[in-house]
Amino acid sequence: MEDLLNAFLLMSNFVFVPAIAYGSQLALGAVGVTLVYGILRFSNFAHGDIMAFGTMVVILFTWLFQSYGINLGPLPTALVALPFGILATAIFLLGSDKFVYKFYREKKAVPVTYLIASVGIMFVLNGIVRFIIGPDDQRFADGERFIIKAKTMKQYLGTAEGVSIKVSQGLTVVTAVIVVVALFWFLNKTRTGKSMRAFSDNEDLALLSGISPDKVVSVTWILVAILATIAGTLYGLDKSFKPFTYFMLLLPIFASAIVGGLGNPLGAIAGGFVIAFSEIMITYPYKKFVAYIVPGDWKPEGLVQLLATDYKFAVSFIILVLVLLFKPTGIFAGKSV
Amino acid sequence: MSYLIGENMTGGYGAADILHGCNIVAERGEIAVIVGPNGAGKSTAMKAIFGMLNIHTGSIILDGEDITSLSPQARVAKGMAFVPQTANVFPSMSVEENLEMGAFLRRDDISKTMDEVFDLFPILKDKRSQNAGELSGGQRQQVAVGRALMTQPKVLMLDEPTAGVSPIVMDELFDNIIEVGKTGITILMVEQNARQALNIADKGYVMVQGRNKFTDTGEVLLNNPEVRKSFLGG
Repeated sequence: MEDLLNAFLLMSNFVFVPAIAYGSQLALGAVGVTLVYGILRFSNFAHGDIMAFGTMVVILFTWLFQSYGINLGPLPTALVALPFGILATAIFLLGSDKFVYKFYREKKAVPVTYLIASVGIMFVLNGIVRFIIGPDDQRFADGERFIIKAKTMKQYLGTAEGVSIKVSQGLTVVTAVIVVVALFWFLNKTRTGKSMRAFSDNEDLALLSGISPDKVVSVTWILVAILATIAGTLYGLDKSFKPFTYFMLLLPIFASAIVGGLGNPLGAIAGGFVIAFSEIMITYPYKKFVAYIVPGDWKPEGLVQLLATDYKFAVSFIILVLVLLFKPTGIFAGKSV
Repeated sequence: MSYLIGENMTGGYGAADILHGCNIVAERGEIAVIVGPNGAGKSTAMKAIFGMLNIHTGSIILDGEDITSLSPQARVAKGMAFVPQTANVFPSMSVEENLEMGAFLRRDDISKTMDEVFDLFPILKDKRSQNAGELSGGQRQQVAVGRALMTQPKVLMLDEPTAGVSPIVMDELFDNIIEVGKTGITILMVEQNARQALNIADKGYVMVQGRNKFTDTGEVLLNNPEVRKSFLGG
C-alpha cells in the first residue's frame, strides 16, 4: 500500500504537476494561435517570438520595479509588470497589422501569403528581442518559490516520496483558469465577442450584417497580445526566459492548436494538455515508478524510458503528423488545415 | 415615384457584361419576382441592385435617393436586406445568436423584433438555442430570412429562397413571404420555381440573357402563352 502511495506521489511530482503547469502554458499559447487562425484565417508563425517579446518587456519592467524595491511579497513582481508587457505587445501587433498584414488584406492575398509574412515578422521579433535583452537565459522570478515542498510532505506523510508545487506552477494554473473563463465570457456574452465568432464563421455574411472588419481584426490582435504575454511570462517564471526556447515552443503550441481543432478555443486548451502530458509521459524514466509497483525481483535494470528527454519536441512533432494524417480537423472538429 | 428602381442596369463581373439595360421596379409593399432560364442574369440583376456588382451604366434609386455609389453595407444601413442563396447563416452560432447578428447595426432594444420573427417562424422559437448549422434546409432558410428581417428593412431581397427545399416547406416559405409582404416590406425575389413565384407576385420580370423579355403582373404572365411555353412547361 505504501509503495502504491509512493508511486502515485512520484508520478505527481515528476509528471502530473509539471504537465498540468506546462499544459496550461501551452493552452494559453495555443488559444492565441487558434484565434488568429479562426478569425484572421492564417497560421501565425510569429507566435513564439511574440511571446518572447511580451515576456522581454515584462522582464525589463520587473527588473525596474525590483530596483525600486517594489515587490509583491510571496508572489513574483513580474505580475505588476505584466500590464506593461501586454500594452507594448499590443502596440507592436497592431502596428504589424497596419504596416504588413493590412497591405495583403487589401490585395485579397491567399492565406499562405500571410503565413510567409508572419515568418518575416518572426525574424524581425527574433532580432529585436536578442538585440535588447541578449540571447542568454534570464531569470526574473522572485518571491516565494514553493507552495509545498517535497521534503515537507515527506515528513508530514512519512513517505519516501513527496510532491513539491512551486508558486509559479500554482500561479500558472490559477491565471490560466481566470484568463480562459474571461475569454469565453467575452466570446459568448458580449456583442464584440459574438461579432468575432460570426466573422470567423462566415465572413461575407458578417460583412453584410454590418460587422466592421477593422474592429474585429484589432480586437483579435489585442487578445493575442494578452494571451501571448501572459503565457510567455508564466513559462518564463516557471522555467526560464531564453529567446531560442520561445521560438522552439512554436512546435508544441501549433501541435496543441491542431490537435484540438484549429479555430476552436476549447480545442486549443484540450490540445495543450494532450501535448504536455504526452511530451512528459513519453520521455519520463519510469524506473523508480515501476520499482514501486512490481514485486522485488522484477525491478527494472534500465531507465524504462521510451524516449530521451532530448526528444521531447519529437513527441509533439509525431503527434502533429499523426493528427494531420488521420484526423486533420482535430478533436473538436475545427477548420481543417 | 416608385420605391425601388433599378434603371438601365448594364454591367458584369469582369470584362464581359452580363446585364444589358435591365430595368427592375418595385412599388412600396409590393412583391416583385424575377424569373427566367438559367444564366439569364436574374441573381446578377439583384446583386447589382444590392451593390455586390458594379454596373458601369444605369442607376439604383431607393425612395427617391440615388444609391448607386453606396457599398452593400451602406445600403443595409439605408434599409435594404439581402438573403444570399447559400452560406446564409452562421452555422456554429445558435438561432438566437444568428438573429442578434442580423440586428448588429441596431443599438436599440431588439427583443420586440425578435418576438415578431418568432411569431412568423414559430419553429425557430423552439430551436432558438440550437446551432443553425444543425437545422434542416428549410429551417435554415427561415433563420436566413429571419436574420435579414432583424434590421426592420424596407426592402427584402431574396436570392432563390426555395432552392434545394422540399415541396411542403416551399409552400410554407411562400406563405411566410406573403406574410412578410403584408407588413408593408417591399420584397424583391429571384426564383427558379417560376410558376409558384409568379402566383404570389404583384409584378413579374422575365429575364433572358441579361435583358427584360416580359414585364407584367404575376397573373398576366402566368396566363401569357409565350411565357407558359418557354418557362412554365405549357
